[in-house]
Amino acid sequence: MASIEARGLRKAFGTSIALDGIDLHVDEGRILGLIGPNGAGKTTALNAILGLIPYQGELTVLGRDPWTERDLLMRDVCFIADVAVLPRWMRVSQALEYVAGVHPRFDRAKAEGFLAKTTIRRTSRIRELSKGMVAQLHLALVMAIDARLLVMDEPTLGLDILYRKQFYDSLLNDYFDRTRTIVVTTHQVEEIQDVLTDLMFIDRGRIVLDCSMEEFDSRYLEVKVRPESVEAARALKPIHERQIFGRSILLFDRADKERLAALGDVRPPSIAELFVALMGNQS
Amino acid sequence: MNTPSSSVPETASQAIAPLAISPTRLLYWSVRRELWENRSVYIAPLCAAGVVIFSTFIGSFHSPERRRAALLLDPALQRAAIERPYDMVAVMLLFLAFIVGVFYCLDALHGERRDRTILFWKSLPVSDLTTVLSKASIPLVVLPLLTFAITIGVQLVMLLMSNAALVMSGMSATTSAQLPFLQRSATLLYGLIVMALWHAPIYGWLLLVSGWARRAAFLWAFLPLIAIQIFEKIAFGTSYFAALLNPHFIGWLSGAFVPAGRGHFTMKPLTALDPGAALWTPDLWLGLAVAALLIAAAVRLRRYREPL
Repeated sequence: MASIEARGLRKAFGTSIALDGIDLHVDEGRILGLIGPNGAGKTTALNAILGLIPYQGELTVLGRDPWTERDLLMRDVCFIADVAVLPRWMRVSQALEYVAGVHPRFDRAKAEGFLAKTTIRRTSRIRELSKGMVAQLHLALVMAIDARLLVMDEPTLGLDILYRKQFYDSLLNDYFDRTRTIVVTTHQVEEIQDVLTDLMFIDRGRIVLDCSMEEFDSRYLEVKVRPESVEAARALKPIHERQIFGRSILLFDRADKERLAALGDVRPPSIAELFVALMGNQS
Repeated sequence: MNTPSSSVPETASQAIAPLAISPTRLLYWSVRRELWENRSVYIAPLCAAGVVIFSTFIGSFHSPERRRAALLLDPALQRAAIERPYDMVAVMLLFLAFIVGVFYCLDALHGERRDRTILFWKSLPVSDLTTVLSKASIPLVVLPLLTFAITIGVQLVMLLMSNAALVMSGMSATTSAQLPFLQRSATLLYGLIVMALWHAPIYGWLLLVSGWARRAAFLWAFLPLIAIQIFEKIAFGTSYFAALLNPHFIGWLSGAFVPAGRGHFTMKPLTALDPGAALWTPDLWLGLAVAALLIAAAVRLRRYREPL
């Protein structure tokens, strides 16, 4: 079943086009990574999905129109923007009380359980917490909500590597259960490569790549080519070539694995390398 | 994923369990949240109350002399002299409530965009209508009730201190007899309600401006009002706009209270009040209609609003 269904989704701010008529279909139980350079339209797409901005085109999220039914939709959708959106004046206990007061699917005991694993004190104000602790608190609040769609816009921005790792670990272990859907944007692509089930590259308001991770693994191969085979490898039309320590590394789309293996060491590329290859070709 | 597929199945919206929270509970928590964030709403009047009580305490050392002087006056003046400090406290707290309300409203829909918390509030199942109504209810409901409670509390303390001072100086504790307390309380409550109704369009306007302005909400709120008056005066030599605004700022006072000379407003006794006269003026109802429109516009606007 589709969690998010968009057709011809378009959004312009004045003369600049943030989303240029994209089609999107996200099934329930998927973890989609939305990757793109700054200003590509990722946040605009998420804001449209969350009912925060008006848009042109068709969009349904969990069967609802997000723009006209935001408050109803938010019973089933959770949203984490970067860490700065929790009110700094609020106490941790107030945040728990308030969300419990307004959210029908919030399980306070569960949130307390997540918080017990951290060093966050109930009496602290959010302004007194470190960035990492704020992210932990927000995640604890969100994971205690029995939502069907979780949208995260750069959730780990500005966090150190320990917090980032822990963030995705607890998301996968304590939250994701294959019936929920997660959409995440991030610049730290390498950290979510193993987390994602689907991958989407977006640039200048258009979708550049849209594939599942199984497809990604079978389609793209990277070869560290032996110096004597470089010309032979180039003849196979790599989509990207880069040099590291004098060795050429070529990236292929839908190439024959056997033939590539004869030219050098074959390995799956990282999302970051494919991103550079595809985005580099664009410009 | 990008494959064309049939439209979202009908079951999608049915699958959402009918779990919901009642609108009153959402409103209750939204108002509570406002009070957590804007502690000045109750701290400012409490501080003023503290100052009044302290100064009354110091002043009570002279109160027997003043009472002796007052008792030499004829009964009507006598009563006015005894009532005056109590009236002053009430009027002072009334104006304080207005000032707190003005600054609260100017920040209410601006602050959440400035500090980006609007993204958090909007990620929860609370509608823009509930949010804006909860914000409007602070100056229209919470502040008047709070002011009523605090004023009554302060006046009671003043009364006790005055009586105590009189008794200690060997006079009889007659202040309570001179001061019809229940009747005055009812008058105060009436005054607060009338004030909130007259001020409603001002608060509505301030909420709208605070949701609209990117910066300097205070200037956007007041400069246009002044500019229109100046324009009208210079261009046409008239001041209809000022006449339209005036009752909503202070003009309403003459309906609820009578000026008792030298700029002091004193409370009419309840028997002299005519709620009909104060509540059935077209100006008031026009103002309430405008307030409703402004608040509706603020609700609509919040839907489009993003962090600054």
